Amino acid sequence: MYRNIIKVSRGNVSHIRRIFSPSPPPSHFGLRRNYSNKTDQIKVTFKKHNGELITVSGKEGDSLLDVIVNNNLDFDGFGACEGTLTCSTCHVILKQEDYDKLPNRPTDEELDMLDLAYDLTDTSRLGCQVVLSKDLEGLTVQVPATVNDARSS
Amino acid sequence: MMKRVYSTISQLKPNVCIVGSGPAGFYCAQQILKLLPQSTVDIYEKLPVPFGLVRYGVAPDHPEVKNVINTFTKTGDNPRVNFYGNICLGQDISLGDLTNAYHAVVLTYGADNDKKLNIPGEDGKNIISARSFVGWYNGLPEDASLDLSLDCEEATILGQGNVAMDVARILLSPVDQLKSTDITEHSLEKLSTSRIKSVNLVGRRGALQVAFTIKEFREMTKLPHVQTVFRNEQLCGVHEASATLARPRKRLTELILKTSNPDESKSNCSKYFRPIFLRSPTEFKLNDNGAITGINFAVNRLEGPLDNQQALVTEDTELIPSGIAFRSIGYQSRCVDSDIPFNEKSCTVIPKEGEF
Ligand SMILES: Cc1cc2nc3c(=O)[nH]c(=O)nc-3n(C[C@H](O)[C@H](O)[C@H](O)COP(=O)(O)OP(=O)(O)OC[C@H]3O[C@@H](n4cnc5c(N)ncnc54)[C@H](O)[C@@H]3O)c2cc1C
Ligand code: FES
Repeated sequence: MYRNIIKVSRGNVSHIRRIFSPSPPPSHFGLRRNYSNKTDQIKVTFKKHNGELITVSGKEGDSLLDVIVNNNLDFDGFGACEGTLTCSTCHVILKQEDYDKLPNRPTDEELDMLDLAYDLTDTSRLGCQVVLSKDLEGLTVQVPATVNDARSS
Repeated sequence: MMKRVYSTISQLKPNVCIVGSGPAGFYCAQQILKLLPQSTVDIYEKLPVPFGLVRYGVAPDHPEVKNVINTFTKTGDNPRVNFYGNICLGQDISLGDLTNAYHAVVLTYGADNDKKLNIPGEDGKNIISARSFVGWYNGLPEDASLDLSLDCEEATILGQGNVAMDVARILLSPVDQLKSTDITEHSLEKLSTSRIKSVNLVGRRGALQVAFTIKEFREMTKLPHVQTVFRNEQLCGVHEASATLARPRKRLTELILKTSNPDESKSNCSKYFRPIFLRSPTEFKLNDNGAITGINFAVNRLEGPLDNQQALVTEDTELIPSGIAFRSIGYQSRCVDSDIPFNEKSCTVIPKEGEF
């Protein structure tokens, strides 16, 4: 259909083509995708803002972002920076007791990004920084309605 | 960002067109593909390559931020999506062409006009739009030949947002650190001859109103050989006020206060980052060659409740010497086609029922 509407006012319309040649340098981080056998699976439930509950499994050592990616869960915009602590799109809200159970408190860098998230709570974490361990079996986290990318100015 | 949908999506196979291939365009395409399984999406882009400011805005020393391109590339690879580069709305095609040909037209062509200060001397040499400077170091074709000189010791950035921070960081970063990024060759060459020692970051209001975010500020405090210096008299009362703030602003304010304390480990720094508050530029001072030598500022005071303090100009003034200045006080959209109902004052599309 587009052929009818493009005015050929530039000499280089032969340029019309698909160009998806991203130029950014490779990330130093990248996602870990650990596929494992069923034995050491840990169940995690994501509660969406509409109340829908999605229960999937992950492996010890997986981050919540890994779990979402490995299970192909479609949470709009989640994990935009692929776990490199430069966005806040992987924001999740934990129950107080689960929050307290996590071995590490958020670092300054994690708090810096969390501070930009919508619906920030005292038990908010970035999903790419929460790592599954056996004692988190049955963990339920809430995925807030909106994601807020880091910068708007 | 502006968006406009001509919504007659009752047909079975909606053909949608999106103008502008930045994050707004791609996120929009993603949603359309997901919610309308029969739809096709054509994306038109002025530049030969997609991703807008993710490619040409995000600083080269922040490559992780660009990871989102992987998601956008997946969307672009969807057989229901076509990308057409080198097509500019208003020049190569008109809005009328698009509305005739598609069921819906979405305008996501960004806000690429930088706001001007409209003060005397603004057209002088070495007074640079921060946005052009960013385009210059990021390889945007139209900014490749930006005329600037870094042959001076003092630089001033007008504005205290994250783009201003990016400019300050690039000016103060050790060149060796930038070499390992994908910054353009021409800018690396120029930056390696820079004599800039001190960068002022000037804002109209106070420490409690800065627009930059804490990650960017923390990064500045960690830059090697650079000391962040506040004017301590400008931080009076900030500590008391910070107790009442919500967490994000409170943590940022606490980091500002902490940084304002003398830091032994920074005592042998050779470069300085100086956030300056409560100053509104009134005039650029130019020499006989028309190049900037300094900026005159009105001294402001704040008035109003803590959550909505406004800057009021006083009679006091200050001249800050500066061999280069960068303007970074915000961006506006443009009306690229006369058929777009556009409010020239707010620089936004005038909303109509059924259109968003
Ligand atoms: C210097 C700078 C640095 C930034 N850094 C960050 C960062 O690190 N992290 C972050 O989260 N945000 C950052 N931002 C903010 C972020 O880039 C923007 O919020 C975001 O890109 C806006 O997306 P957009 O799709 O609306 O516009 P854009 O990204 O500007 O995309 C608009 C697209 O439309 C195209 N276009 C324009 N006119 C036409 C036309 N007439 N016809 C066809 N196509 C047209 C443009 O070429 C462009 O590709 C930065 C912004 C700037 C200015
Ligand atoms: S995915 Fe970006 S911070 Fe977690």
